[in-house]
Amino acid sequence: MRIGIDVGGTNTDAVLMDGRKVIAEVKTPTTADVTSGVVTALRNLVGEQRAKPGHVQAVMIGTTHFTNAVVEAKRLMPTAAVRLGLPATQALPPMVDWPERLRKALGGHVYLCHGGHEFDGRHISELDPGELRRAAEDIGSKGIRSVAISSVFSPVNNEFEEEAGKLLESELPGVMISLSHEIGRIGLLERENATIMNACLRDLAVHIVDAFHGALAEVGIEAPVYLSQNDGTLMSVDYAQRYPVATFASGPTNSMRGAAFLSGCLDCAVVDVGGTTSDVGVLQHGFPREASIAVEIGEVRTNFRMPDVFSFGLGGGSLVREDGELEIGPESVGYELTSKALCFGGDTLTATDIAVAGGLADIADRSRVAGLSPDLVKRSLQMMEDRIAQAVDRMKTSAGAIPIVVVGGGSILIRDSLPGASELVKPEHFAVANAIGAAIAQVGGEVDRIFSLDKKSRDETLEEAKREAAEKAVAAGASPGTVHVVDVEEVPLSYLPSNATRIRVKAVGELELEAESVATGR
Amino acid sequence: MRQVDETDLEDLAVGAAVLGTGGGGNPYIGKLLAQQAIRAHGPVTLVDVGEVPDDALVVPSAMMGAPTVMVEKLPRGDEIIRAFKTLEEYLGRPITHTVSIEAGGLNSTTPFGVAAQMKIPLVDADGMGRAFPEIQMVTPTLFGVSATPMALADEKGNIALIATIDNRWTERFARSITVDMGATAMIALYVLSGKQLKESMVPGTIGLAQELGRLIRETRAAHGDAVQAILDRLRGYRVFEGKIADVQRRTEAGFAKGEARIDGVEGDAGASLVIRFQNEHLVAIRDGEIVASVPDLIIVLGAETGEPITTEELRYGFRVTVIATPCDPKWRTKAGIDLVGPRYFGYDIDYVPVEERFGAAARR
Repeated sequence: MRIGIDVGGTNTDAVLMDGRKVIAEVKTPTTADVTSGVVTALRNLVGEQRAKPGHVQAVMIGTTHFTNAVVEAKRLMPTAAVRLGLPATQALPPMVDWPERLRKALGGHVYLCHGGHEFDGRHISELDPGELRRAAEDIGSKGIRSVAISSVFSPVNNEFEEEAGKLLESELPGVMISLSHEIGRIGLLERENATIMNACLRDLAVHIVDAFHGALAEVGIEAPVYLSQNDGTLMSVDYAQRYPVATFASGPTNSMRGAAFLSGCLDCAVVDVGGTTSDVGVLQHGFPREASIAVEIGEVRTNFRMPDVFSFGLGGGSLVREDGELEIGPESVGYELTSKALCFGGDTLTATDIAVAGGLADIADRSRVAGLSPDLVKRSLQMMEDRIAQAVDRMKTSAGAIPIVVVGGGSILIRDSLPGASELVKPEHFAVANAIGAAIAQVGGEVDRIFSLDKKSRDETLEEAKREAAEKAVAAGASPGTVHVVDVEEVPLSYLPSNATRIRVKAVGELELEAESVATGR
Repeated sequence: MRQVDETDLEDLAVGAAVLGTGGGGNPYIGKLLAQQAIRAHGPVTLVDVGEVPDDALVVPSAMMGAPTVMVEKLPRGDEIIRAFKTLEEYLGRPITHTVSIEAGGLNSTTPFGVAAQMKIPLVDADGMGRAFPEIQMVTPTLFGVSATPMALADEKGNIALIATIDNRWTERFARSITVDMGATAMIALYVLSGKQLKESMVPGTIGLAQELGRLIRETRAAHGDAVQAILDRLRGYRVFEGKIADVQRRTEAGFAKGEARIDGVEGDAGASLVIRFQNEHLVAIRDGEIVASVPDLIIVLGAETGEPITTEELRYGFRVTVIATPCDPKWRTKAGIDLVGPRYFGYDIDYVPVEERFGAAARR
């Protein structure tokens, strides 16, 4: 049996699953310290007496801790950013495009050193050990314990980052090193930004993982813990302590993956209707389609793997007003729905009231909305349906109708069909789809590099990339027999005569539950 | 004459991507470089073409190479200064002004860094009124201005000074040298007198880019139609509305070539538009018939946001509005069409100006 937990901004959701069966689900408010909310959720699950703690084989947690820490610029550790690329890159030093508030929170410690590669693998300059030792000395004297290292074209060749990392580790015993080629893609600033964010979260990651272990110990669960990543795969806690940024945006991913699991649709649109906003994403082969443009976190540009999600201001708590023109949202009563909405005895007309008046949902007191004009109800329902259909259409990849899966507490706003939907599915357990998504996450490996097609054929090159991705998935804990390639993307690089092409391959597999030594690295 | 500061560059970068017609490189890096230079050296003085004395020595500055490499191997910062010094030594005279060679994309902002560091004015003009993939494809070529002497500089300290028999040879040599330098180089070329600048360059395009960016920002803030605002400003035409259905890309002879197919919606429902590109958009083909071509500007905008979308960002599912706007009249001469018309890019059709194809009736 496994437990899936999703720590969201408002609620902490948890499920207990036996194979593909949901045995128990709970929803509790997220607490400020997060951990006590998780303990409550776990106690409720186990308290339902459906499972003995000893039967739990694995606990999967999706959390917004790390994203929030960056957005709020709180609990971040002083961090040194070491970049290898001199004499190139000086014009735009590390953290050049960060908001002042966040740069200050990290201390703004920046070191430009020699190293780096050209696009074709030549060295820009050689690594200078003396220069790195001087940097180490300065870092040590300032008491900085976390270092982000980025080298030009390290996704093509990582040797300099690795060497510099080893040198700094030997000069600064106990220092935590984050290497950019392990975190981001081509695009130095964005990759470096992600690496620096990772570095400044390392202390918090250790603390959070300890707290999760403590929470499990409190309820007597000894199973290994995994954290969900933003691409719908899992990582071991050891990995999470080294790569906390990989948790960014895992919430929408988990909810989409949970929707796929509950509905059985692997290629479909998923609409997650919350209290204030709705998220629409697209599943391809059971995984969320990724955004291709730069993603900002706390106003800093990064190039993380992020699900491509379109959010808009429509949810169960959205205000409905007609002052000349009918308007629904984006303002919402949010978590105060159960005190402010008409059907709950409040004085505010919300989207939920419309759904209740229209007979879509049987909640609260229907008589309180009986006085609403049938015309207003009809037009409001139509407007909500149109907006959701438009959002889905915007995200679709082909003109044909596709299955649409609806999850989240606000699902009641949607009738049994939508324009552009080949079928509309509202699965069971829809309110905890995110926790289910965490529970069923797989493990993956990815390759993203520039390959030259001059020396090898395209097919050989693709095979090489696929093999490498599969090996990475197994190294991350996937059961070798279940690993398969889920995504291949090629981007030819303009202006380069050597027929260079950028290839991205992603492979995933089932978590090997029996062989924990492989999965957790313990 | 006016001063341009850090914040003006935000709008400029967005507008430059509009004029980039899908290519021109990532304006984000260019914007950051210019902002850093302005932070360190103070605002840049932007002068109109009419304010430049006839005997001024104007040298355009740009970044050359693969956009995908430019986002990784960032510049050292003083490359272009060394290229300028080398040219000054060769010419035996001080450079008085710099100017953009390409208003579309990255190179609209590149000269700001030069102007700030060298403390020389930047002329509000460019050599294309848009973006094009090759060095010889500038309006000064039509007026007999030689691209060389040209200086290329890398971050290591290497400088190449080249002289060629014509501007196509400049493209060949410069392309090879740029690849050797690591697929990016800072370049100074097309040395112009103030008089030559006035007759051969496209005036006002930097101000135009800034204005386009501001229009998009302000129209969106007021919940207006940003696409319409751009059409009005550029006197352009709506070509097509639809959703990207397919994108194919390949590398050929060092260029990103490919095509995007867009399935029509609303008034264009049932029709399909194909846009072919070589770094920049070349032709738009509606149901088998070419409806717009170079040198006119074929621009892809987000249907709701009006934000420009580059060919690298083109992706299945995007809702887009394709517009076409007239190119600078200098391109509409026989020499201009020979240099950058559809036949140069391999399309055996006559160039027909976008106004003639769409006429007043098509403008909405």
